[in-house]
Amino acid sequence: MQVNGSAQDHDVEARTLLVYYLREACGLTGTKIGCDTSSCGACTVLVDGESVKSCTMLAAQADGAQITTIEGLANGDEWHPVQQAFHENHGLQCGYCTAGMVLASVSLLDEIPNPTEQDVRLGLEGNLCRCTGYHNIVKSVLAAAEKMQGAGS
Amino acid sequence: MIPAAFDYVRAGSVDEAVALISEHGEDAKFLAGGMSLLPLMKLRLATPTVLVDVGRVRDLSYVGDAGDHLAIGALTRHRDLETSDLLARECDVLRAVAAQVGDNQVRHRGTIGGSVAHGDPASDLPAALLALDASFTVRGPNGEREIAAHDFFRGFLETALEPDELLTEIRVHKTGSNGYAYEKFNRRAQDWAIVGALAAKVNGETHVALVNMGPTPLRAQAVEIALRQGATAEVAAREADVGTEPTADLNASPEYRRHLAQVLVRRALEAS
Repeated sequence: MQVNGSAQDHDVEARTLLVYYLREACGLTGTKIGCDTSSCGACTVLVDGESVKSCTMLAAQADGAQITTIEGLANGDEWHPVQQAFHENHGLQCGYCTAGMVLASVSLLDEIPNPTEQDVRLGLEGNLCRCTGYHNIVKSVLAAAEKMQGAGS
Repeated sequence: MIPAAFDYVRAGSVDEAVALISEHGEDAKFLAGGMSLLPLMKLRLATPTVLVDVGRVRDLSYVGDAGDHLAIGALTRHRDLETSDLLARECDVLRAVAAQVGDNQVRHRGTIGGSVAHGDPASDLPAALLALDASFTVRGPNGEREIAAHDFFRGFLETALEPDELLTEIRVHKTGSNGYAYEKFNRRAQDWAIVGALAAKVNGETHVALVNMGPTPLRAQAVEIALRQGATAEVAAREADVGTEPTADLNASPEYRRHLAQVLVRRALEAS
């Protein structure tokens, strides 16, 4: 598979979950393991551009796919607009859910480029923030949407 | 949590999938999106020795107009149902229910066929397909057969599918773009329904289905009969828990589920 644009090729056990593959075989520990029961969304990565919980997908299922983790989102030194918006709007507190939140948000904005607040709240229902920092997370996503719309027009 | 060890094989076509599952015997299971099976395997509640991954059988992913009905490939993802213009026009109830399954991440991976074959009474789509009098096309080593939704769900996570049969297509009536309501009651976003009630007009009659009111998805038959006899929504909804066997869990007692069924059916009838 391609992870953040570079080819990764490892022989792993069939039962290896994508999140363990990314963290242990590829050494990309930005993807977090939270609940490990597909509830919390901390392990969200993009598979062919769409948000997926990597604790509930086998690495073998992702064979041949394009994976994007939080490490691969920035363009060199320039943050992705969603990362920038989380930074500017205090969209994180402890930071544990952040990688998953950011990637879920990127996928959401790809599907709904100009979301309402309700769209964002519903769109992120699969991501839990135990600091309960939702208010600023939603604000961050709306700010990113506005910036990305502006850049696209 | 890591699943117990298993062998993984990938099928490129329906024929290959059926051949592989026959070859590997009863402890082999099909893997589609994995949104139901993988969590069970991680908890070691399911320990198949072989997984036959059908996730790449692309020709089972479609929503098609088949004249008097719609034909939906078993590997069509919830996300694809949610965004299907054809479904929005011809059977919007199914689109709307698919949009309420899990969360975005689950809908990006989970498939309608996987949800049906898993047969969880707490899932949204099996109950919706029961309400819609859907039929399921399955393929086994001895060929194809069609199973009506009302014959399909046999018990808790138990369906009429033989271990070596693959669900390939779901057929639903064209019900149009309105005339339905789905009331899903849960405590947290993305959860399974504590109880759900769906009312939908199918060929001029109101069908009512219940989520999580027994070991299988159920039709609220007493409600449907009352409606046919001219009862108002409010009166008919009082029959919502007749014939159900709700269980107790951390979320609700059987009594509370019965109460919820009545309230949710009334709301669904009034909104449909």
